[in-house]
Amino acid sequence: MSMDRIDRIIDKYACETGVLIQLLLEIQRELNWIPPEAIMRINKRLKIPVSEIYRVASFYTALSLKPRGRHLVRVCAGTACYVRGGPRILDSVERTLKIRAGETTEDGKFTLETVNCLGCCALGPVVEIDGQYHGKLSSASVEKLLSKYN
Amino acid sequence: MQRLKTPSDLKKLREDILAKKDPNKPAIAICVSTGCEALGVKEVIKAFKEEFKKQGVEGKIETKETGCLGFCEKGPRIVVYPEEIFYFKVKASDVPDIVSKTVVNKEIIERLLYADPVTGKTARDLPEIPFYKHQNRLLLDNNAKVDPKKIEDYIALGGYTALAKALYQMTPEQVLDEVKKSNLRGRGGGGFPTGRKWESTRNAEGEPKYVIVNCDEGDPGAFMNRALMEGNPHSILEGLIIGAYAIGSHEGFIYVRQEYPLAVENMQMALEHAEKYGFLGKDILGSGFDFKVKIHKGAGAFVSGESSALMTAIEGKVGEPRPKYVHTSEKGVWDKPSTLNNVETWANIPLIINKGAEWFASIGTKGSTGTKIFALAGKVNNTGLVEVPMGITLRDIIFKIGGGIRDGKKFKGVQTGGPSGGVIPEQHLDSPVDFEELAKLGSIMGSGGLIVMDEDTCMVDVARYFVNFLCDESCGKCLPCREGLKQARRILDNIVAGKGKEGDVENLQEIAEATSAASLCALGQTAANPMLTTIRYFRDEYEAHIKEKRCPALVCKNLISYYIDPAKCAACTLCFRNCPVEAVNGERNKIHIIDQAKCTKCGTCFEVCPPAFRAVQKLSGEPVPPPIPEDQRWIKRGEKANSKRGVAN
Repeated sequence: MSMDRIDRIIDKYACETGVLIQLLLEIQRELNWIPPEAIMRINKRLKIPVSEIYRVASFYTALSLKPRGRHLVRVCAGTACYVRGGPRILDSVERTLKIRAGETTEDGKFTLETVNCLGCCALGPVVEIDGQYHGKLSSASVEKLLSKYN
Repeated sequence: MQRLKTPSDLKKLREDILAKKDPNKPAIAICVSTGCEALGVKEVIKAFKEEFKKQGVEGKIETKETGCLGFCEKGPRIVVYPEEIFYFKVKASDVPDIVSKTVVNKEIIERLLYADPVTGKTARDLPEIPFYKHQNRLLLDNNAKVDPKKIEDYIALGGYTALAKALYQMTPEQVLDEVKKSNLRGRGGGGFPTGRKWESTRNAEGEPKYVIVNCDEGDPGAFMNRALMEGNPHSILEGLIIGAYAIGSHEGFIYVRQEYPLAVENMQMALEHAEKYGFLGKDILGSGFDFKVKIHKGAGAFVSGESSALMTAIEGKVGEPRPKYVHTSEKGVWDKPSTLNNVETWANIPLIINKGAEWFASIGTKGSTGTKIFALAGKVNNTGLVEVPMGITLRDIIFKIGGGIRDGKKFKGVQTGGPSGGVIPEQHLDSPVDFEELAKLGSIMGSGGLIVMDEDTCMVDVARYFVNFLCDESCGKCLPCREGLKQARRILDNIVAGKGKEGDVENLQEIAEATSAASLCALGQTAANPMLTTIRYFRDEYEAHIKEKRCPALVCKNLISYYIDPAKCAACTLCFRNCPVEAVNGERNKIHIIDQAKCTKCGTCFEVCPPAFRAVQKLSGEPVPPPIPEDQRWIKRGEKANSKRGVAN
C-alpha cells in the first residue's frame, strides 16, 4: 500500500530541518501526486501543521494535489517557443485530448500542463511527454505524436 | 580515490592522470545535453558502441559524453580527437562512416562539417565558423573537454588548482580583495558587485554563514546555467568552495530547479567525487578548512529565483520574497548571513583566482568586466549558447554570431532579461551589452536570455505574454504586483481581442509605474519593463490594435482571418484534409474556401499550404472577400492544375 511508501520516504528526511519541499517532491515522484493521506501522515510524523503542508503543496507547480494521468504532457510556454508558434501547439494538444492545460483526460491517460521553459529553445516549439522531448513541432504533427501513447 | 592532503598531492594526481592519457588515442566527444538529447543523440551513441564492435576497434577509442557545446541549432555535435574535427547534425546513419573514415583512416567527411549557409564553404576548425569566431568562451569551452561525470577530466585541465592556491597561498581577505578588484558583477540579473556581497556576509554578525548557488533558472528562454551545471559542475563547485573560504562559511546549498534532472544528477555526482578526493568535507586538501554542500531541488516557482524567496524555499517553506531592509547577505537562510550567487558568477571565481583580477578586468568594459553567456533563441538562424566579452554590440551577437534572422525575415526587436527585461528595437542594436547601457534602454542584462523577434511577432501580444506570465508567477503577497499585473493583463487581453479603447495605453503606463515603484521584490519592480519598452518603441502597434482593430504582425487571433486566395489555390486538398474543424470546403481540382463561421483560426491550413502556392493568407483590418461562385471553382486539367500538381500525393 502507498502508506508504506510514504512512510519510507518520510523516514529518509525525519532527522533534518527544512525538508518539506524535498519530501513532497519525492512523494510526487513516487505516487505521481500528493494524496491527502500523505499530507496527514507528514503532519502526524513530522509535526508540521497541515495548513503549512497544504500551502507548500499548492504553491509549487511540480506538486499536484490531484492524481495525474499515466502520461504527462508538458507544452513549453517559454518565450522562444512562444514566438515560434507554441500557443498553436497548445491549442492543438488541447483539441486533440479534449482537455485544457491543467486537466487530466477522463480515462486517466493524459495530464496536460504548460511549463515555463524546458531550456532547449533551439528546438522550439517543444513538447515534453514523460520526460522525452519532442522539438520543432507543427500543429498538424501533434495528433500523430499523441497517438503513439497508450 | 584517496583524499588529497596537500597541494602537491593534487599536482601529483594531475600528473598521474595526464601520464595515463595518451594524447594520440582517438576519442569522440558527444554532446549529451538536453538539447542534443531531444535531437536523438542517444541513438548516435548507441550506434557508435555497435560500430566499434563491428569494426573491431572496441576499447581503442574513448567516447566522452560532454555537456552543451553551444551550437544547439546544428546538434547533435561531436568532436573527433586527437585531430579535433567538428561534425554537426550527426545522425546514427553517419556513424559507420565516421568510424571507418575519420577515426581509422583519418579522412575528413565533408558533408558533416559546418557549411556556410551562403557560400557553402565548409569549415575544418571552429574559429572559421562565424558562430564561434566572435566569441570568447572562457567558461563554455571546457564543456567540450570534460566528461561532467568524471572529476579526473576536470583535474586534468587544472581543476581545483585555484582552490589549492586560495587555501595555501592566500588569506581569505586576499581572496576577497582579488574578487573585488576583478569587478565581477552578479550574473543572475542584478549585477551587484560580487566582492561587496561577499564582504558584507563576511563582516555580518552570526554563525553559521551560508553560501548558495542559484540555479533556479526560471527565465523562459534562458539555459546558460543549465549548460554549465550539466556540462562542468566542478567549475561551479570549485568557485563555491573558494567563496566559502573567503567568507568564512562552512555550509553551502546548491539550489537547482527540478525541471533540470540532468543538472541535478551531474552535480550530485560531482559532490560525491569531490568529497572522495578531499575537496569537500573536513580538512580540505589538508588546509584545516571544512566545508559541506547540500543540493536543494526547486519545485517550480519563478519567484523562488529571487534571493530572499530562494532562501525561504531552502528552509522548506513557500518561496516568497520578504522585504530586504536587512540584506540577505546579513540575514538570509534561517536569519544567518548568506551569500547567494548565480551559477555563472561562481564559475568565474576559479578563473579570477588562477589568472588574477587584472587579467579578468581587462576583458569587457570598465563597468562590466569579463564575459557573459547568452542564450540566443527565437527567430534567429543560429540558436544556441554564446559567450562574449561584455561590451559587444547586440547587432554583433544577433547578426555576426547568430547569423541573422530566419527565413530572410526582417528583424523587429530583441528581448533581453526575460520577463523582467524589455524589448530593444533596431535603432538601438549598436548599443554595447553592459549593465548600464541596457538599463538606459529600459531593459536589463538579466541572466542572459536573448529572444530575437522578427516582423511576424506582435509586440502587444509579447507584452501580454510577459504580463500574463508574471501575473501567474506573482506570489500574491504584495498588492501592487498582485492586483496591478492583473489589471494590466485585463487591459492587454482586451487590446489583443480587439476590444481596446482610447486611454488604454495611458492606463497601462500608469499601472506599470505604480507597480514598479511600490512592489516588494524584483518581480514586481521590473514587471513594468516589457510593457513600458513595447509602448516606448512600438506604440504604433498598440494604436493599430486599438483604433483600427488591426494586428500588423498578423498574430492576434481575434483580429485576423484566414483566407484562401482563389488565384493561387491549386486545390491540392492539403488544408482540406488537415483542418481539425472541417472548416475548409473543397476537393481535388476544386478551389478550396474557408467557412469563416466554422474557422477556429488555429493556423493549420496556413502551416500546411505548400510554399510554392502560399494560397492561404492571413488578413487583418480588412473584410474577407466573399467566396468565389461555385461554377468558377473548378480547375480544368491542363491549365493550372497540371503545372502545380503532384504536391499532395
